[in-house]
Amino acid sequence: MIAAFNRWWAGCAGCALALLLLATPARAVQPDEMLADPVLEARARAISREIRCPVCQGESIDDSNAPISRDLRIIIRERLVAGDTDREVVDYIVARYGEFVLFNPRPEGSNLILWLAGPVLFLVGVGVAVTAARRRKAPEATLSEAEEARLRELLKE
Amino acid sequence: MIVEFGHFALILALMVALVQSTLPLWGAQRGDARLMALAEPAALMQLVLVAVSFAVLTWAFVVSDFSLAVVVANSHTDKPMLYKVAGVWGNHEGSLLLWVLILAVYGAAVALFGGNLPARLKARVLAVQGMIGVAFLLFMLLTSNPFWRLAAPPLNGQDLNPLLQDPGLAFHPPFLYLGYVGLSIAYSFAVAALIEGRVDAAWGRWVRPWTLAAWIFLTIGIALGSWWAYYELGWGGFWFWDPVENASFMPWLLAAALLHSAIVVEKRESLKAWTILLAIMAFGFSLIGTFIVRSGVITSVHAFANDPERGVFILMILAVFTGGALMLFALRAGVMEAKGVFALVSRESALVANNIILAVSAFVVFIGTIWPLVAELLLGRTLSVGEPFFNAAFTPFMVALAVILPPGAMLAWKRGALGRSLRALLPALVLALALGALAWAMQTNRTALGPIGVVLGAWVLFGALTDLWSRTGREGVGTRMARLTRLPRADWGKAVAHGGLGITIFAVSAMLAWKIEDIRVVQVGETFPLGTYEVRLDDVREVEGPNYVSTMGFMTVTRNGALVARLQPEKRVYPVAGMPTTEAAIDYGLLRDVYLVLGDRQQSGGWAVRSYIEPFANWLWAGSILMALGGLLSLSDRRYRVAAGARKVPLGVPAE
Repeated sequence: MIAAFNRWWAGCAGCALALLLLATPARAVQPDEMLADPVLEARARAISREIRCPVCQGESIDDSNAPISRDLRIIIRERLVAGDTDREVVDYIVARYGEFVLFNPRPEGSNLILWLAGPVLFLVGVGVAVTAARRRKAPEATLSEAEEARLRELLKE
Repeated sequence: MIVEFGHFALILALMVALVQSTLPLWGAQRGDARLMALAEPAALMQLVLVAVSFAVLTWAFVVSDFSLAVVVANSHTDKPMLYKVAGVWGNHEGSLLLWVLILAVYGAAVALFGGNLPARLKARVLAVQGMIGVAFLLFMLLTSNPFWRLAAPPLNGQDLNPLLQDPGLAFHPPFLYLGYVGLSIAYSFAVAALIEGRVDAAWGRWVRPWTLAAWIFLTIGIALGSWWAYYELGWGGFWFWDPVENASFMPWLLAAALLHSAIVVEKRESLKAWTILLAIMAFGFSLIGTFIVRSGVITSVHAFANDPERGVFILMILAVFTGGALMLFALRAGVMEAKGVFALVSRESALVANNIILAVSAFVVFIGTIWPLVAELLLGRTLSVGEPFFNAAFTPFMVALAVILPPGAMLAWKRGALGRSLRALLPALVLALALGALAWAMQTNRTALGPIGVVLGAWVLFGALTDLWSRTGREGVGTRMARLTRLPRADWGKAVAHGGLGITIFAVSAMLAWKIEDIRVVQVGETFPLGTYEVRLDDVREVEGPNYVSTMGFMTVTRNGALVARLQPEKRVYPVAGMPTTEAAIDYGLLRDVYLVLGDRQQSGGWAVRSYIEPFANWLWAGSILMALGGLLSLSDRRYRVAAGARKVPLGVPAE
């Protein structure tokens, strides 16, 4: 376990740097990177919001101002201008940087656990609750006809 | 000398906590009244000792005692006084001391205000509270001692992280800790009840105010953090699904579930085992939150003090307290017979549905947060889980919650009629749909998110108002209005909190759907359009602050030529920490915020400027405040103020 922590810790060497990077988000997407075509630019923004900056802590390349994020933002725009679909652009980046850069893990393979855990637990919870409610239906003392009438009378007052 | 005094007080506090966690427990087991009575003075003594220790550390920060390692690492003589004080908890060691102080405050509060608790239960609750104290005091003294001296004190400190030098953030951690640690009381009550083997309506009534208080503090703390992120981080986002945010969000969701299920225990003596389990889980997730923030296992933008050794220690605390309590639960849960039976359609069932949704959504947040760790350790995959996942996986549960909330809240206890509560809600539904249609027609971009958010938010808000109105009977409007003022505060609390949730739902979707963004290079003197506004960059100047240098833009916002606001967005550099920050300038408004950020100087001579219209941003904070206010109203209900110990006979509570 300790080894694992250490590995994570080592992976976090840029922690202090990350805070520093976070501090100047105003340098994220630069005006000179942006495409003139608003439709293409909107697609580029949407894609870059889902791509994680490879050297930062949990920032998308859209928010990050690390040089590599700028490069990735420019690559995305180049691919889009070249006529790639959104999926092709993302595949292009994943092929080079691995699935680590995907903020939205693809529901494939073991990631299905991640995606399905919530819905499955929800169904289990509903199932348990309903069975418990059914089982609880112990013989409940119901009111007799006369009692019902008396109750209605009382409520009317 | 004074510093050693504080250090010594902390060690004494550990000794007292050891006594508090053992002898009263033993006394309760043997029925020894003298040993049980020891819990009370011990809890008070612990508060005094930890408070002394905390005061000493605060003093060290105020006078900038640079012989202390924490002060050197987190303070500077030039820092404004507010942030010198806030610096006490702006770091790992000091924040832990605050954690322990709040723990002691809660323990002392139980000792002081728990006069009507049965002696045995009180002794056990305080003993469990003492155990938590022992664990955290040991953790602090062994791995994170704030009173560590330096052999050669430097002349000045390294300054607090400038991002944390902000009023919003100065008070964000204390509120969060009041929330996290408040859940420890619910936990202690749960464990004490398990040892006792008895849970009844009175137990539900004792536990609920503490949970409510914790939840109120968590709500305020999270809202403060979110507000800080909104104005400080400079791109108008208010929630990033960052691991540390998730760490505070999971206990909030579970506390919300717990305070609803405790109602069922209190009023119907049902759902006992589940409520106990929730109390354990809620505090367990507080500990997980502590672990996430302080271990560095999960990388995050604002994890401080990342240290594997500390991480292992917290993991041990987590394992002992959660594992131990769950084991006890497994042994004793069978003892807790449910008394009140209820039909499938009933208020109880609605609250069960609420609990399932809240617990599962907390679980979704949990698995999303730890999945990168699990995937790397067990599957050898390095991957990320971020905002898009949480938006997709978490939102459906909140939609479901919003849909069932109004009818569920109006169902009768034991056996309800869905048709009746739906009929009463028909006006609310029509109004919500009409507002949604209006939003659809008025919006310029064709997103479904905005109108759906309007419908859901309005449905919850008007549903809450309908619920409140329905409590006033069937007479004329005048009589009902008069009755409205005399309703129990719990009813008002419920309506206000639910209404606040509706407003929050609306604001979140409005901000996500209708935000306007503009990024461009602007020359000094140039005017550009932003939505229906015009923005002019008048000037950019260098300005000197107390402990920073600022590049300040002077900008004018107008609408059809009429002045709306003059704003000064800044870029600051804090020379001591060597760190730049952005200070966005915001014109707050009822329907929208105008949000301006100054970027870098361009080679062409202009400045990069990012500007946003944030629709209904203030509604988000208003909604959060209303939720907290609703909790507060409920907390001040007569049944908690009047001697709550009156066993099972409800005092002044309508049977509903």
